[in-house]
Amino acid sequence: MMGQMILRRAGIGLATLWVVSVLVFAGTEILPGDVAEVMLGQEATPVALENLREKLGLNKPAPVRYLEWLQDMATADLGMSQAGGTSIDKLIGSRLYNTMLLSAIVAAIAVPVSLILGLLAAMFPGSRLDRIITSATLCLISVPEFFIATLLVLILAIQLNWLPAIAYITEFNSVWQLLRSLAMPILTLCIVIAAQIIRMTRATVLNVMSSPYIEMAILKGVPRKRIILRHALFNAIGPIVNVIALNLAYLVSGVVIVETIFAYPGLAKLMVDGVQTRDMPLVQTCAMIFCTTYVVLIFVADLAAMMSNPRLRHPK
Amino acid sequence: MTESIATSPQFDELPDAPPKRRLKLSWSGKLAVCVVSFWIVIAFIGPYISPYHEAEFLEEDLFRVAGSDEYPEVEFQGISKITLLGTDYLGRDTLSRIMWGARTTIGISLAATLLAYFVGVTLGIAAAAGGSRLDAMLSRVNDAFLSIPHIMLGLIVIAAVGSTIPILIIMSGLIYATSVFRIARSLGQEIFVSDYVEAARVRGEGLWWVITREVLPNVAMPLATDFGLRLVFVILFISSLSFLGLGVQPPMADWGSMVKENLSGLAYGALAPMAPAFAIASLTISINMIVDDISAHSGGKLAKRLI
Repeated sequence: MMGQMILRRAGIGLATLWVVSVLVFAGTEILPGDVAEVMLGQEATPVALENLREKLGLNKPAPVRYLEWLQDMATADLGMSQAGGTSIDKLIGSRLYNTMLLSAIVAAIAVPVSLILGLLAAMFPGSRLDRIITSATLCLISVPEFFIATLLVLILAIQLNWLPAIAYITEFNSVWQLLRSLAMPILTLCIVIAAQIIRMTRATVLNVMSSPYIEMAILKGVPRKRIILRHALFNAIGPIVNVIALNLAYLVSGVVIVETIFAYPGLAKLMVDGVQTRDMPLVQTCAMIFCTTYVVLIFVADLAAMMSNPRLRHPK
Repeated sequence: MTESIATSPQFDELPDAPPKRRLKLSWSGKLAVCVVSFWIVIAFIGPYISPYHEAEFLEEDLFRVAGSDEYPEVEFQGISKITLLGTDYLGRDTLSRIMWGARTTIGISLAATLLAYFVGVTLGIAAAAGGSRLDAMLSRVNDAFLSIPHIMLGLIVIAAVGSTIPILIIMSGLIYATSVFRIARSLGQEIFVSDYVEAARVRGEGLWWVITREVLPNVAMPLATDFGLRLVFVILFISSLSFLGLGVQPPMADWGSMVKENLSGLAYGALAPMAPAFAIASLTISINMIVDDISAHSGGKLAKRLI
């Protein structure tokens, strides 16, 4: 039963990726003119155009080209960037590593901190601490990422002069230097992600706390601390893992803004630059990478939810 | 005898309708209502009362100290009587651009949210009212779009067709219609299986009658609260795109792109990048505070959707 559900869910994930690929491919088709015209630019004579189209296989009907493109994607044959003509896997290699580094550090810091804060808020609902945490996170999730980033630059880099305003990635002698130069993007993303996780953790634990068996424990006279740590927490683990996976998926959107504002040489910055120059092969590849990550994380989130709640394994 | 029955105190005290529960706003909610109304008023009358045009470059003469021959730079001027919030990176008045930008930012976001509601509610109710096949089809397609990050969808569309205001509105409207569809569908389904809808069907009312008289009035209130939330998301989404330089194009003033344009002014302590950022924050935080109050009032059920 469980295996069937996982397969079903994986099937939905694959279907989503398929929709993404169709959408991404359709994006290129809407463009007036084709890749051949863009590549030749001013030198586009009818003969040259025809030759290049023949060479690139643009003469074939769209469904055929779509299948070929899909095959290329699957075998990691990413093709050439239109701007500059360098191969895309070269462009992407180090960028992908940088983005993964940033996300990993953010996750390592934000997840534990926000779980603790979320639990604290849920342990003392209605207390001053809870009110401060809830209203602060409400404000943080209501403002755009770039607002937090700008405010941090203003305070930490310009007023206090503690940190560099731009993330330089060059040679590093120590981990400390690496962290220092990445501090601003890390801090911004941590704040954005933490605010979400704190709110969701709090809501999840409070939801568990309102269930009958907790009421039973309270009536039995179990101390509050023990109820939360021994009774509620274990039942909340599944939903909390779900929350974490969902929020790591949100990182995908956060990273786009943060990399741009701090000029961080990551994949998202590359994609935004690609959109600005309308370099479709580059945008397609980046979009596929981001969407695949996102779909995989959502899949993990769903799995966690199913593991923790047997009722989800048997859909009505 | 009959008179005494009619005027018996027992009947006098019976109210003929349940007392209306009045929405009581907390002090933060009241403040939030003031802030939101302020921006709405600015969006309407801003361009008429602003000191300068949004694209007007201020003359150096304005900043010249009387009697001196020096012509100061007009870029990133500080607070003065001439420009209350200073000037931006091209020497335009920040205050005027914020007032013009209110119309652009709020207008586009509102239009996109309305479109999202029109499409989302229509399809959502159709999915709830129609057969299981229609429902399955619409839901599958919707789920697929919902599991693509919004910003990615935005980037792909803009890379393909470019960025103009109609495209921004239609794109954001359709992207956020996916979330509205889900809510409208689940609310609609709940009502379609209720006893009073069954009663209406039994007495022979048509589908259209049921939708307009029973379903829509009952989904209106929860959807109205959700509208505020969705509007915040759309404002954040569009300002983020503008901030990336892919949304509203210059010289039009838009709060998101204003932050982006003037980012270099942060180092000079200019107000030009911070003022529009605070404008967005004040608007979105206020809307969320109002939604928070309303959902607390309606029993906290909607609070779950806030996170």
